[in-house]
Amino acid sequence: MIASTPRTRAVLAATVVALAATACAPGSSAPPTTASSAAPSAVRTDAAALGNVTLTIWDQEVRGGQAAQMKQLNAAFEAKYPNIKLKRVSRSFDDLNSTLRLALSGNEPPDVVEANNGRSSMGAFVKAGQLRPLNAYAEAYGWKKRYPDSVLRYSSYSADGKLFGEGNLYGLPQVGEVVGIFYNAAKLTGLGLQPPKTWAEFQAALAKAKDAGEVPMQLGNLDKWPAIHVFGTVQGRNVPAAQISTLAFGRKGASWNTPENTQAAQQLVDWVDKGYFNKGFNGQGYDPAWQAFSKGQGVFLIGGTWLMADMEKVLGKNLGFILPPGATADAPPVATGGTGLPFAITAKSPNPDAAAAYIDFITNADAMKVLTTTGNLPVADTDQQSVKAGAQQDVFKAFGTATKNDGLVPYLDYATPTFADTLGAALQDLLAKKATPQEFLATLEKDYKTFAETNG
Amino acid sequence: MSVARPPGEPRRVAYLYLLPAFVIYAAFLLYPIGRAVQLSLYDWDGLSVGRWAGLSNYAAIVADEGLRDAFVHALVLVGFYAVAPLAIGLMLAAILNHAKVRGLGFFRTVVFLPQVVAMVVVAVAWRRVYAPDGTLNGLLDALGLDSLTRGWLGDYTFALPAVGVVGTWFETGLVTVLLLAGMSRIPPELYEAARLDGAGAVKEFFAVTLPSVRGEIAVALTLTVIAALRTFDLVYITTRGGPGNSTSVPSYEVYHRAFGLSQIGSAAAIGVTLTVIIFAISFVINRFADRGAS
Repeated sequence: MIASTPRTRAVLAATVVALAATACAPGSSAPPTTASSAAPSAVRTDAAALGNVTLTIWDQEVRGGQAAQMKQLNAAFEAKYPNIKLKRVSRSFDDLNSTLRLALSGNEPPDVVEANNGRSSMGAFVKAGQLRPLNAYAEAYGWKKRYPDSVLRYSSYSADGKLFGEGNLYGLPQVGEVVGIFYNAAKLTGLGLQPPKTWAEFQAALAKAKDAGEVPMQLGNLDKWPAIHVFGTVQGRNVPAAQISTLAFGRKGASWNTPENTQAAQQLVDWVDKGYFNKGFNGQGYDPAWQAFSKGQGVFLIGGTWLMADMEKVLGKNLGFILPPGATADAPPVATGGTGLPFAITAKSPNPDAAAAYIDFITNADAMKVLTTTGNLPVADTDQQSVKAGAQQDVFKAFGTATKNDGLVPYLDYATPTFADTLGAALQDLLAKKATPQEFLATLEKDYKTFAETNG
Repeated sequence: MSVARPPGEPRRVAYLYLLPAFVIYAAFLLYPIGRAVQLSLYDWDGLSVGRWAGLSNYAAIVADEGLRDAFVHALVLVGFYAVAPLAIGLMLAAILNHAKVRGLGFFRTVVFLPQVVAMVVVAVAWRRVYAPDGTLNGLLDALGLDSLTRGWLGDYTFALPAVGVVGTWFETGLVTVLLLAGMSRIPPELYEAARLDGAGAVKEFFAVTLPSVRGEIAVALTLTVIAALRTFDLVYITTRGGPGNSTSVPSYEVYHRAFGLSQIGSAAAIGVTLTVIIFAISFVINRFADRGAS
């Protein structure tokens, strides 16, 4: 080993300082490109007449049914437009998320990318001017008529990337998702119950299941975020939907410190006190929890439609799904939900017209049919698809009902760049009774207010 | 004609020979470190142009309770990763070395085995052990101790120790094998002399064994302390810093801030701070060992 004399150390330190000083501010080498806002007249929708084009597409459709639909649709697109060649790069969700940033800041980014809706992905890309606003294409292809507002806002940002849920449209999703209540039909029948039609019936069912020695509700909250969906569901029963949207999109003008939110938090704590959750739920993984539910442990499970296919494989026709019921049987639906990752066009793409044609193709009415047959939940035309009775039909019906009535409220973790963490940790605290409902809400309010106020 | 130079003269030529290695070292180590230090002085989201932030990212480490806790958790893990394996390893190695066990190679392999398995695999396996319906609770149930069962990784009191125990299990093998190697080099005459002086097994351990393996202890401590302070994979797989923030550690925060929250500056500041702490601790350990040796 080299003896480190004071002199060599000084030289080392000087080298480091010199290196630091000579480099310029991070990010300055790639100045943000201002997306040229294409005027509607410049938009071309005649994809076949665009000449020879190669589109590079980055997606994350790597799993079973997702991969199948993408492959099928891409092949159909290339058959229909022989002049457009597709170069597909697909990676897992996590891999795509961590590599997309670098890819977009390069000089030759892919043409079409599947970017996560949240502030730290799509929001940041919009802010950096890396995505092209699709308003002109939305008009030309009639996307605004095809998709309900509650779906499109998940891919909408203001031009500076600050406001989420309004402004320009930056992407279009293929699939939808909604958080609801899965139930085990056999267990319900065993308890002499019907699927609950009101929130009161649901709570009565939980109590009855507990008395009968069943696990009323499965929850695996080790991964921190799963309880967010449970809380969102309870919140939807107690807090007006408009307020939830304001909070979840991180906009000014709402507050967590309200009697309604306190009531929601308290209800969750009551469920813990009454023993409605499985033992040790904070130490149970998300996957083991839904796996346990499909093996017959638990009467209910609050979760997203993405769990349906895997759980149906085990539970078969005993698996049912309902939207979280309201105060009365005919109350308008309110459910946490959203869309799959939207497909967006990069600002630097030289072929935006071809890219838009591609996005339109993989989201049109025929594409929705392909999505259905490959076992996905199409984001549009959901109620026009014919699927076999059972959990899949329940899910399709639920999503159709929710979107048609604009009953989707956004995921709460969209609120601020740090909110997933803040809320996840705070919910673990709340459920473990390390924090009172008031302390819990104060933690959320702090994160929300700090962000909403500086965000303007 | 000039006078023939002695070999190796002029002395400065030596630097020329060092140059290729230095260039690689500088390009792949010094430059990234310098860049990290630079980034830590900016407020940067990784996409737009960074804003000069001075030392505010460092100030935040001290001011932010959650971050302070993360560093405290890392120090707690040092106890589990370094101190406990050293104690267990010393005992195991002394016994294995002294008793001249039959099949020493076998035991050495068994003890060392955790080191061979990738940490991710280890973490997944232990996650199952600690699950509410996992092996540990099953064992407690079987012993009639079902009042003790819990979701270990979701328990505010036990999550950090539970993660730490995995570290102990993981590092003990390395420490034991290192110490065994050291002990096998102690000349038997020393033990004989000690015995003639009337030393028992315990006295012998403290008078002969322990001082002789000082160097190995320093190496073991350096390796395990560094492993403890930069724990990432274990926390990432088992708890993601939860429940609440009770198992968050600096390395996890670096990853999380850089790739999850796009706070590159803050992430770099934590990374630099962690590097300085690791450097300082390793320095102290090695100073301590050197001084003892001289």
